[in-house]
Amino acid sequence: MATYIIRRLLQGIIVLLAVSTVCFVMFRYTGDPVLMLAGKYATQEEREHVRHVYGLDRPVHEQYISFLGGVLQGDFGKSYVSQIDALDMILERFPATFELASTAIMISFIFGVGLGVVVSVWPSGWLSRTIMAGSLFGISIPTFLIGILLVMFFSVYIEIFPSFGRGDTVQIGFWRTGLLTASGWQHILLPALTLSGYQLAVLIRLTRAGMRETLSEEYIKTAKAKGLSPAKVVLKHALRNVMIPVVTITGLSFGELIAFSIVTETIFQWPGMGNLLLTSIFETDQPIIVTYIMLAACIILTINILVDVLYAFLNPRIRYD
Amino acid sequence: MKSEHLLEVLDLKTSFYTFEGVARAVNGVSYYLDKGETLGIVGESGCGKSVTASSVMRILPEPPGKIEGGTILFDNQDLTKLSQKQMRRIRGGRIAMIFQEPMTSLNPVFTIGNQISEMFILHKGMSRREAMEASADMLDRVQIPAPKARVHEYPHQLSGGMRQRAMIAMALACEPEILIADEPTTALDVTVQAQILDIMLKLKEDTGTAIQMITHDLGVIAETSNRIVVMYAGKVVEEAGTVELFTKTLHPYTRGLLASIPLLGSRSAGTQQSLSEIKGTVPSLFEIPSGCAFRQRCKHAMKICAEREPELEQVGSGHAVRCWLHIPQEKR
Repeated sequence: MATYIIRRLLQGIIVLLAVSTVCFVMFRYTGDPVLMLAGKYATQEEREHVRHVYGLDRPVHEQYISFLGGVLQGDFGKSYVSQIDALDMILERFPATFELASTAIMISFIFGVGLGVVVSVWPSGWLSRTIMAGSLFGISIPTFLIGILLVMFFSVYIEIFPSFGRGDTVQIGFWRTGLLTASGWQHILLPALTLSGYQLAVLIRLTRAGMRETLSEEYIKTAKAKGLSPAKVVLKHALRNVMIPVVTITGLSFGELIAFSIVTETIFQWPGMGNLLLTSIFETDQPIIVTYIMLAACIILTINILVDVLYAFLNPRIRYD
Repeated sequence: MKSEHLLEVLDLKTSFYTFEGVARAVNGVSYYLDKGETLGIVGESGCGKSVTASSVMRILPEPPGKIEGGTILFDNQDLTKLSQKQMRRIRGGRIAMIFQEPMTSLNPVFTIGNQISEMFILHKGMSRREAMEASADMLDRVQIPAPKARVHEYPHQLSGGMRQRAMIAMALACEPEILIADEPTTALDVTVQAQILDIMLKLKEDTGTAIQMITHDLGVIAETSNRIVVMYAGKVVEEAGTVELFTKTLHPYTRGLLASIPLLGSRSAGTQQSLSEIKGTVPSLFEIPSGCAFRQRCKHAMKICAEREPELEQVGSGHAVRCWLHIPQEKR
């Protein structure tokens, strides 16, 4: 197991190197940051000056090496717009996004698996039909529409949840959390529901499919023949097997939710990384964009490794050696 | 209801309601099982022997399966009338079952010990720790080496034979009165088959458990059973003591089954006659032929066979057969 993790980490480093190269190349050849930095009305001399100060007049390979050197030391450069360290800016926004994504993934996991079990145990009841129809909606409706509909209903019509912002937060060390205040919970619910919608629907369907297959396995017959209660047969013997693919999918999508909750954050003006990314794209703030992409890659890689470890734990047939 | 037998199945009817129609898998089966005896139930695939077992255990998938009639008497109660909750106390604890595929019958994500422990925890009210120790003892009794270590292993770490032993350990954990073994050796290597049968019979001696051995392998039956019930198309066609059945075979179907066993060494001895097979196939359960279900494959089929179905006729002590050939003229 340890060797496996080390190997995965090394692979991860190679992936990150590739990502950084792609980022660098992409941004050197798409648009000129100088236009942004110096302003629209700058003279030619002012522009040359800016170009020189930022080292943008040096040969490409030199720029790349100094960029890489900076990255290795955790220096991703400063935001062109605010002149604040890019990594700091993003990390400051990280807790908001992480809390949003975690809440969303908890909602989709608990309800996705729970409802998935319900529809597979009572497949023909009206409740199951409603859930399955709902899951079809969840899969087909785009995230932004779910968000807007939720805002329309909960914030505009019945006015019980706020439609934007993060509410009151508490600073604990470097982490600013919204999960310790009532207003924080009120604010996180709608965006988290929006973000969880698609995943929830996917997990209901995945759980149902897995349950259907597992419940017809021989070992389920064995479990019944032992005299175990239906609850024990379903929740212990069947569910544990169904969990193997479910946990994998949940883990992988958790990484995606953290990295790409841009749309939801924008709808709800959530002060997270996604929102910052969108602003930075509008302002061609390259250091922020590059840092964001690198960080997203890091998060997804880390979560993938964690999922692999969890997978081995859930499935004794898999031992990575 | 009283029965002098440990288990008595009377006129059991089990059907499956599918899109293609109603499959009458078990169509009026009666047999009994006495304390401590081994009853063999033989028949080709699809004759209803496994469905009979699942009906007794009440673990049929319902729907599409349904017990439509008959009684299953065990300990003076009709199992078909019990609620699932009452049935759970009998299942596993008093009537246990082992299945054909040791590869798939154990849950791959739990340790062997965990799966055997469940029996002790459920039926004997043991604590987790006690149950684990009892499980190791059971593994020892089915001759699995290093049982203390094996309880912590997962099914995939054991060989097929070992897994079937673990299944036996699990089934016999609470010393049930009846063990239903559904093709317990079919999926195993021949060398392992004998070991498994030995272990089952030895444990049976120790615990006094009665065994209902379901198989299509007449060798296994001859080796283990006191009495044999032969099934065809959801019905019992012949029933007799083991020696009697092998020496005084009456039903053409049973004869066909016996004739299709290869005789070891007969080719080199030059006495080999070509191995006979029973012509045709088992009738579809959706369209069981009128009259005798076997008539289309039977060499001796007569006019009456197509017209009416024969009853099970007592032809000797404990020997019964369902065939017009053996029903005296005056009863026709």
